[in-house]
Amino acid sequence: MPTRNGHHLDTSDVVIVGAGAVGAACAYYAARSGLSVTVVDRGAVAGGTTGAGEGNLLVSDKEPGPELDLALLSARLWRELAAALPPEIEYETKGGLVVAGDEPGLAALRTLSEAQTAAGVASTCLPADRLRDAEPHLAPGLAGGVLYPQDAQVQPALAAAYLLRASGARLHLGAEVTAVLRGPGGAVRGVRTPRGDLLAPAVVNATGTWAGELAALAGVTVPVLPRRGFVLVTEPLPRVVRRKVYAADYVADVASDSAALQTSAVVEGTPAGPVLIGASRERVGFDRTLSVEVIRRLAARAAALFPVLAGVRVMRAYQGFRPYLPDHLPAIGPDPRAPGLLHACGHEGAGIGLAPATGQLIAAALTATPAPLDAAPFRPDRFVERSPA
Amino acid sequence: MSRRRRRTPAALVRARPEPAFEISLDGRPLPALPGQSLAAALWAAGVLSWRRTRGSGRPRGAFCGIGSCYDCLATVNGTPNQRACLIPARPGDAVTTQEGHGHAGLAV
Repeated sequence: MPTRNGHHLDTSDVVIVGAGAVGAACAYYAARSGLSVTVVDRGAVAGGTTGAGEGNLLVSDKEPGPELDLALLSARLWRELAAALPPEIEYETKGGLVVAGDEPGLAALRTLSEAQTAAGVASTCLPADRLRDAEPHLAPGLAGGVLYPQDAQVQPALAAAYLLRASGARLHLGAEVTAVLRGPGGAVRGVRTPRGDLLAPAVVNATGTWAGELAALAGVTVPVLPRRGFVLVTEPLPRVVRRKVYAADYVADVASDSAALQTSAVVEGTPAGPVLIGASRERVGFDRTLSVEVIRRLAARAAALFPVLAGVRVMRAYQGFRPYLPDHLPAIGPDPRAPGLLHACGHEGAGIGLAPATGQLIAAALTATPAPLDAAPFRPDRFVERSPA
Repeated sequence: MSRRRRRTPAALVRARPEPAFEISLDGRPLPALPGQSLAAALWAAGVLSWRRTRGSGRPRGAFCGIGSCYDCLATVNGTPNQRACLIPARPGDAVTTQEGHGHAGLAV
């Protein structure tokens, strides 16, 4: 059935734009709800922020609130997914260890973990003299830490790819969406790509850091901004770091609104051998210039936390752009300004972890079935500026 | 026939190296010439493998020979993951066959 302006390529119940972890999870849960699904991406699977992260599935770094609820639901769903998907996704229930360098830092960490406990997060406080039982290579002199057994990890690109494959969705890669098609009443009816039109009564914006561009094609705003981060990759090592280990100031950095460079030590091993070292945050647009200063700081902080790393070679560094929304919550759900358009974007550095719950929320919205949790805090139109009364 | 026998790399460039010195592989003495990389000295001594892969323990030696492929990693004077094709041989250098990543001692 040819259309007037582009030839018809595909018709399905929903078109998902974005083949990262969030788009893959939306495809998976939408397909399981009985919908026919098409996924389109201008690049490759996991070619954006998904492929530029560490694949963390964390509850430890979230303060009680809607994001933590989303993370706890996702943690349960990732366990189910790990049983359903092949072992290549490298799902590891390794646990997280947050360490504090001084007594005030430890007191703040304990206050946070107590509040998290009330929200359903499991944790164990470790005094200074037990830290090195948990992580033998940790530097001496730390004040203490908190263990979070629910923290886990996947290989993010493989997890997204296998999730997408398991969804059975039709996939159009290397096809950039150039227009969001609207019907006579303004309702969304698909997207246009250079290869042809993908028609569907619902379009999901899962384009992560680039979600503002797709929203603009539909005539709405979603104020996603890029927040750059670098990861250092060491030479392959045996298991030197057992868990995800990070300094307590990381939580404050994640929650910060500053545009200036922030670095905190985040260190973890991988099944493949290399240790991954993060985390930096800075708002510099989509600048991909390698920053020696960031890399220097990350390496120094990691070696301060794990002195053994000072004698280990860093093979390479990579960078990515977290999709950052002003209130640090993702945008998930239907957009009342453009009927038929849904958003699943703005997960900042937690998109892999939050992907399954996001996918379930989107599937519930698409099928008008009850949502697994209250999606109101994630309303995509919450940033609309209210004109003075 | 005698001309053919002399078609060695050193002969082709009419090299007149200084006297050979001694290095070792796993404690076995081997000769090396000044200016030779460790990989060249090992090859000249008929040694093709000085590392075993971390996954399945398969033998590895020099592949690209120009520092790009990292296949020729060896433990040199106790330091693992040195590219044998780039490091000039020095008198007394002790090369040891590297097992996997060469960092087994760091495991916890």
